[in-house]
Amino acid sequence: MTVEGTAARSSATRRSGGTGKRASATRKKKTAQTAASTPAEPQLVQLLTPDGERVEHPDYAIDPTPEELRGLYRDMVLTRRFDAEATALQRQGELGLWASLLGQEAAQIGSARALNDEDYVFPTYREHGVAWCRGVDPTNLLGMFRGVNNGGWDPNSNNFHLYTIVIGSQTLHATGYAMGVMKDGADSAVIAYFGDGASSQGDVAEAFTFSAVYNAPVVFFCQNNQWAISEPAERQSRVPLYQRAAGYGFPGVRVDGNDVLACLAVTKAATERARSGQGPMLIEAFTYRMGAHTTSDDPTKYRRDEEREAWEAKDPILRLRRLLEKEKLADDTFLAAIEEESDALAKRVREAVRAMPDPDSMAIFENVYADGHALVDEERAQYAEYLASFATGPEHEGGSAAQEVK
Amino acid sequence: MAATATGTGTATGNTASAAASTVSKMPIAKALNQSLRKAMEDDPKVLIMGEDVGKLGGVFRITDGLQKDFGEERVIDTPLAESGIVGTAIGLALRGYRPVVEIQFDGFVFPAYDQIVTQLAKMHARALGKIRVPVVIRIPYAGGIGAVEHHSESPEALFAHVAGLKCVSPSNSSDAYWMMQQAIESDDPVIFFEPKRRYWDKSEVDTAAIPGPLHTARVARTGTDLTLAAYGPMVKTCLEAAAASQEEGKSLEVVDMRSMSPIDFDTLQKSVEKTGRLVVVHEAPVFLGTGSEVAARITERCFYHLEAPVLRVGGFHSPYPPARLEDEYLPGLDRVLDSVDRALAY
Repeated sequence: MTVEGTAARSSATRRSGGTGKRASATRKKKTAQTAASTPAEPQLVQLLTPDGERVEHPDYAIDPTPEELRGLYRDMVLTRRFDAEATALQRQGELGLWASLLGQEAAQIGSARALNDEDYVFPTYREHGVAWCRGVDPTNLLGMFRGVNNGGWDPNSNNFHLYTIVIGSQTLHATGYAMGVMKDGADSAVIAYFGDGASSQGDVAEAFTFSAVYNAPVVFFCQNNQWAISEPAERQSRVPLYQRAAGYGFPGVRVDGNDVLACLAVTKAATERARSGQGPMLIEAFTYRMGAHTTSDDPTKYRRDEEREAWEAKDPILRLRRLLEKEKLADDTFLAAIEEESDALAKRVREAVRAMPDPDSMAIFENVYADGHALVDEERAQYAEYLASFATGPEHEGGSAAQEVK
Repeated sequence: MAATATGTGTATGNTASAAASTVSKMPIAKALNQSLRKAMEDDPKVLIMGEDVGKLGGVFRITDGLQKDFGEERVIDTPLAESGIVGTAIGLALRGYRPVVEIQFDGFVFPAYDQIVTQLAKMHARALGKIRVPVVIRIPYAGGIGAVEHHSESPEALFAHVAGLKCVSPSNSSDAYWMMQQAIESDDPVIFFEPKRRYWDKSEVDTAAIPGPLHTARVARTGTDLTLAAYGPMVKTCLEAAAASQEEGKSLEVVDMRSMSPIDFDTLQKSVEKTGRLVVVHEAPVFLGTGSEVAARITERCFYHLEAPVLRVGGFHSPYPPARLEDEYLPGLDRVLDSVDRALAY
């Protein structure tokens, strides 16, 4: 689904006043018509075309140094390499599941590099690139996918909250956190990541309401990757998602989510706006989930290869590389060094995952409560006793003693 | 009201206060209000959030006057969205605040149930203990006020069932005063069930007392023949049942459980080992209710002391009925005494 396609569909739908069926038939036709065209519609903020050309935008300007451009490239390449390694580790049975960010590197790196250290991030479970920018050790992200913990990192170490699996819940946490930032008189911003599927959740709507009425310094960063598992974005909304902000009374903007410079520029503007007391803003990063929803998913059941191929032409890393090469900002030495660093990262991650120990049995009972709980204490003691009953010793030979213990 | 030497109105561990001025009789509603005020005075991080909690002081006036004295920054009228209230309270707690959230009525908590169960309850564990979410959720609950649908429910078991949450319910003004402050001080999320039909019942509060631990039960009346266990609004009913039984020559002990998670089984066990019989009373439906857990655990702990099966008295497996029928649905004095007779007949 392209931007053009979405816009064409909604106007066609309005004309027909139509049923979903009719709208969808119309959409197919329009999509086929416009798939080949690349120029973005005016409402899509783009600063770097798929061909690696810099373009101007009246509202969002950015002038990154060569070093910054190389940094963004490095971030994206390393993130993609880490992501590929995690997918491989899942295939090898080292992880139970992996949610790949393939294709969304620009949206994540661009938005996350716009943040200050004091800003706070509330991610979904796919923000591996954001985590990378926040300085979270990539191996920390893998614990929950391996099944040794349910998160486990200290959110306050990097101002990066735990991954949230329940769709959209974290947008309210971000809003509440931002309300706290305001009460503290601090001038930092909070950013909530979510997706096109989450945009249908009541919690996201409530987060929009709360942030608007309290003027909370929160940026809602929606990565519209076109698919909520098997459901296309048009199953979530009849209007472009960014337009929803208008109904809540704050600005919304659609940005080319595969354009790292546009994501950086728009998120910078939104966070600066939030920090200066102007309240929330919605950014819809229009991107594409190049891979499956997770390693358990099979996209061949519900989407066409041609769609993916069309988006491959807009690859976020490729277009920045084209710019770097055109501007002679990246030579072979630089590119080789990044390749080497990528391989080293992958190796480190692979080794760390394989060495990751299973948690102790008694970890089940740890941290259920901060101040303790009598029932947890009782069950911990009972289970410890039960486990101890299996201890090898002359008195337990034959195993009958173990069976008697509940 | 069956006032006894160990009856309502005294905090556990209370030693007779020398300063008489610290003791006064007040309704539960006022005790809660004073307690919130004290908590806000003691800790600038304590916030109050909810629908109509500001200017109006809440529909039950529990937060009356607090916004006037502490300002709109600390007593926050929220949009009418329960999930949003709890979800943002979690965010505020992550920022270091201690939000006390009011859910206007029991039947309206369910939009927030997702945030409470999937987020609030688990966040401390998911972070391996590295963060805390000290949120108190106040819920005026249970029936007996002739209200319309969704205003009289007792959903405590739905919360007590969830690891990571703690659930308490005071039955008198002293407990209301102390338990609220203890809940706010707790680093765990606490669901605080307020017995709305008892809001206007008066009993003594000693603001200089030293309260016992939050999650302990209290023997509200001593007896030898049978133990009645209850919490919140049913404690008064059980004390009345014990007084009525006294006239028939039966000695009933009443245990005010106070906490539904964790449950103080030690106090219950001690009582049942003495009396040999237990009847658990709550307004919530009996099926899979708090009483079911008490029955199972006490049977396990006191098997050889029990003279009768543990009986439960409570609501039926039906939607909470229209107000004209609620006296049939609610376990009143007669239904409690009927179960007492059945237990004593074994």
